[in-house]
Amino acid sequence: MTGFPTLLYKEVLRFWKVAIQTVAAPVLTALLYLMIFGQVMDRHVRVYDSVSYTAFLVPGLVMMSVLQNAFANSSSSLIQSKVTGNLVFVLLPPISYAEFFAAYVLAAMTRGVLVGLGVLLVTVPLVELTVREPLWVLLFALMGSAILGALGLVAAILAEKIDQVAAFQNFLIMPLTFLSGVFYSVHSLPAFWQGVSRFNPVFYMIDGFRHGFFGVSDVDPLASLAVAGACLAVVSALTLALLKSGYRLRN
Amino acid sequence: MAAILVRQVSKRFGRLQALAGIDLEVAKGEFFGLLGPNGAGKTTLISILAGLARADSGTVRIMGRDVKDDYRGARRALGVVPQELVFDPFFTVRETLRIQSGYFGLRANDDWIDEIMSNLDLTAKADVNMRALSGGMKRRVLVAQALVHKPPVIVLDEPTAGVDVELRQGLWQFIRRLNRDGHTIVLTTHYLEEAESMCGRIAMLKQGRIVALDSTANLVHRLHSLELRVRAVGAWPAALHSAQAGGNSRLVKLHDYLELEPVLAALREAGCRIEELELQQPDLEDVFLEIMQRKE
Repeated sequence: MTGFPTLLYKEVLRFWKVAIQTVAAPVLTALLYLMIFGQVMDRHVRVYDSVSYTAFLVPGLVMMSVLQNAFANSSSSLIQSKVTGNLVFVLLPPISYAEFFAAYVLAAMTRGVLVGLGVLLVTVPLVELTVREPLWVLLFALMGSAILGALGLVAAILAEKIDQVAAFQNFLIMPLTFLSGVFYSVHSLPAFWQGVSRFNPVFYMIDGFRHGFFGVSDVDPLASLAVAGACLAVVSALTLALLKSGYRLRN
Repeated sequence: MAAILVRQVSKRFGRLQALAGIDLEVAKGEFFGLLGPNGAGKTTLISILAGLARADSGTVRIMGRDVKDDYRGARRALGVVPQELVFDPFFTVRETLRIQSGYFGLRANDDWIDEIMSNLDLTAKADVNMRALSGGMKRRVLVAQALVHKPPVIVLDEPTAGVDVELRQGLWQFIRRLNRDGHTIVLTTHYLEEAESMCGRIAMLKQGRIVALDSTANLVHRLHSLELRVRAVGAWPAALHSAQAGGNSRLVKLHDYLELEPVLAALREAGCRIEELELQQPDLEDVFLEIMQRKE
């Protein structure tokens, strides 16, 4: 038996013990976005012919919550352990760097998907929504949360203080998720900004995820899957290389 | 096979040579002390033993397992009580110990966890959150965490820093018992009287090198000096070299006990009447200071 299942359990227990803050609060935030934007925009904007704006908004909000919370989980757990010094309890046992990676990323995915499910559940009474191709929904949720979970690890490995992780979150993750077509279809943007959006990997994650709900999207879901897959491969390789080297963890 | 084997280990942090070619062997069952001033390299050496840092060169084995090539074996054989009072504020004492045990692949370990908690007087606090514990209690949990996987080798990095006298006594009793039960103990401490009373053998580190390595008894006897403090009435014999030592006392340096009788004879002949007499033996602290102040 290895330490992996326990590390995963510990990481899940860690956020579950403060679920009000780590699960309920982000669900409420997403609900507020939905109520405000849905209320204001629903009568003015129609993105796809068959889809109301509020319905369009829901998958984007769900996926944004999945991604942001996956990132928040791994990054805050690791940086807190680093800063307070209790990471030593994980570094002393015979846990390999790959097991370390898998446990933190899976826990991040668990929180991301839980929050996403929560957002979806609270919107059920408010919006009529069908899931046309659930496999896409599941696939993009899992891949997106894995990518952001791994990115959270990278941010926490590189950072030496908690505010450096916050900067990573505020200046990189937030703009990437907000400017990814959560609140709009990129087709409604001027050509230049449409082009810029195509360089944002989060755009493909949200677009592919949304495709699972409506069967329509800005980009072919296979192309989105390829981009997400490539991102996952690159970010995982980077994270594993950092963990293997022990950079800023074992020195 | 040695419990700990360190061969030519060096470690550099930027321009600072933290360890410069350390060689060290600790036998199974030893109670070993690692002493040195702050920055001598004690914690760096312990970090390398524990896999918390990597040596630039050299080999380290714990119970014959290489800390790099067989890190799982080496880490299973080692329990470390870290110097800093660290804890995970999300969990209770029992959760902390169960989780730590699980990290070593031990799932059904409650009997042993209960036994450790009982030995360290933690049972009453088992379901209390770590945050709510006093510093001394947190220190006990750190010791318990190092023991969950029954490691044959236990390293304690300044375990009694900031710990009150009562807990310190209890802790030492427990660690002595672990040693009697066959565990190899390596200890660093700033309290030299603790090292002197507990450790069978001691290594002294200075600027990343071992400057002394011997049994505690040999180290203490290394300083061939005794000090005789005498308060006497009468004219002090001119031939007897001494220094003033406050009050009416004088200090006479002796190289060994054989020099004691001639001193007393000289005092008798001069007609001095001895009112108070005290023979001071060197302790580990004197040896430590002598070695640390010695120029290279």
